[in-house]
Amino acid sequence: MPDAVGLELIAGELRAEFGDDAVVGTSYHREQACVQVDPSKVIRVLGHLRARAEHPYPFLASLHGCDYLPEAPRLGIHYELLNMRTVDRLRVKVRLDVDYPQIESCVELFPSAEFQEREVFDMFGVVFTGHPDLRRILMPEDYEGYPQRRDFPLGGELVIFTHNEPASPGWYR
Amino acid sequence: MSGERPVDGPTLTNDPLGVGYREREESITLTPLERQIAEQRGTGVSQADTALAPETELLTLNIGPHHPATHGVLRLLTTLEGEVVREVKPLVGYVHTGIEKNCEDKSYWKVIPLIERMDYAGYYFNALAYCMAVEKLLGIEVPKRAQYLRVIHTELCRIHSHMLWLGTSALDLGAISMFWYCFRERDNVLDLFEMSSGQRMHTRYIQIGGVAEDVPPGFVEKALWFVRQMPSRVDQFADLLDNNEIFLQRMRGVGVCSQERLLELGVTGPLLRATGNPWDLRKAAPYSSYDDFDFQVPVGTTGDNYDRYRVRLAELYESCKIIEQALEGLTEGPWITDDRKVALPPRHELATSMEALIHHFKLVTEGIRVPAGEVYLPIESPRGELGCFVVSDGSSKPARVHMREPSFINLQALSDMVEGEYIADLIATLAMLDPILGGIDR
Repeated sequence: MPDAVGLELIAGELRAEFGDDAVVGTSYHREQACVQVDPSKVIRVLGHLRARAEHPYPFLASLHGCDYLPEAPRLGIHYELLNMRTVDRLRVKVRLDVDYPQIESCVELFPSAEFQEREVFDMFGVVFTGHPDLRRILMPEDYEGYPQRRDFPLGGELVIFTHNEPASPGWYR
Repeated sequence: MSGERPVDGPTLTNDPLGVGYREREESITLTPLERQIAEQRGTGVSQADTALAPETELLTLNIGPHHPATHGVLRLLTTLEGEVVREVKPLVGYVHTGIEKNCEDKSYWKVIPLIERMDYAGYYFNALAYCMAVEKLLGIEVPKRAQYLRVIHTELCRIHSHMLWLGTSALDLGAISMFWYCFRERDNVLDLFEMSSGQRMHTRYIQIGGVAEDVPPGFVEKALWFVRQMPSRVDQFADLLDNNEIFLQRMRGVGVCSQERLLELGVTGPLLRATGNPWDLRKAAPYSSYDDFDFQVPVGTTGDNYDRYRVRLAELYESCKIIEQALEGLTEGPWITDDRKVALPPRHELATSMEALIHHFKLVTEGIRVPAGEVYLPIESPRGELGCFVVSDGSSKPARVHMREPSFINLQALSDMVEGEYIADLIATLAMLDPILGGIDR
């Protein structure tokens, strides 16, 4: 993990490279460094962090989404970057609005993101532009709604039995 | 393949060109004459011409979701050219149960049983990753004895998981006796789990702040007996398989994928170590007192199926070594943190201490309150980096729990491993990939 100072250095480097608005904020919590970047610049930031000359982060350990319901840009996408040589982790975070969330895909940079971006699309409805095969992965193909969003009701799905089948329009065809 | 083999079977009598079906099977491409005919006739190759060389024709074959060789409900949409796999598309989601969504509606410690059911062969690892993530959010220390007990149980679980893998993989390759031998050893591990927690699977033994209960008397002796006889068992497994020509032919040089490509695809665990990269979180970033133990990280050389098999076998010996050291170094002391806001007070305090009673009541009715924050905590599971991402909003229920399941990520490497190989080797490679569908679909 870069320490709090190292995180600020990385943030400063990103600001110098991509403009002051590229970095939205940094947080250092429980020895974990997180840099929040602007959604429009995330691919360039990831590409820079992946291939920078000194201390790169060439491995994407995980990509996942999150719904911060009461907060303003509701959705969050986290890229857990890893440098295996120094065992150093850095989280890059992006916040997106819940209406038509859209972000560039990072499959070209990190092929491991393919399934994970599909999962985030499936669960949160974030559209990854440029993804080679953006379909639902865990939920059925004809499923409506994005179940991991916090306003999606838990247990709201109707269980179909033979006797109530006609009473549940849309669930049978 | 040459057409020199004698045609000893029946020939297809209604074939317009009188080509025996054996010969057709063995011809890989159209002969120049056939190609010329096809081109003269127009753009499309007509039915009769494709029938001449069925192996140039692409066949889409659906394997699964209910197929014994897919180790769960995995569906593989394969495109075959003759017997050679040209494309594999894994389709998952058949056992998606929405565990991550359900976790958001449970208080922190009620999440543990749910999360154990993700990767059902490595349940201690799921619980450990989640509990360590929550402990990191809480900022509490785990007592030494609890850390050692966690190591003992996760390493036993690694043996259990590898036994499950070895038995079912050998079964896929036709070696049924391996299955019985492996499941006998697996049962010994399950007996130990039953002894310490009362359950054989999904034990809910690892608790936030430590472990749920101390091990009973006799556990250490029984576990020591197990880990001391286990290496000779692994020797026997290796003897059985390493002299088996059928097994070796489907292992050696099959399913090779370069280390660079595996790293791009995010593959970790034994699959990556088989290519010679010694990336193991137990060594690289020791957690839960792993730096107290003397063990080695086995690596392979070429990264074929045989190396994957060998690396896992060698991991069994290393796990036994770790468990033996942990059992011998097991110190006396508490097995769960004494933070009353996290762990239940001991039973005897409830009769005398009002404060203990209040804590007990608050913990049982409401649960643990965790300060707001987000944490990603990776550990080394039998299949690779198992990361648990927990977001807390300050309430007694997690706002988001996500598991970075190694099976889910590793599955993406399957097409790189098997494309251009025979379909029979697809089964062997899939077995060596060791996917757990409960972990993939969550």
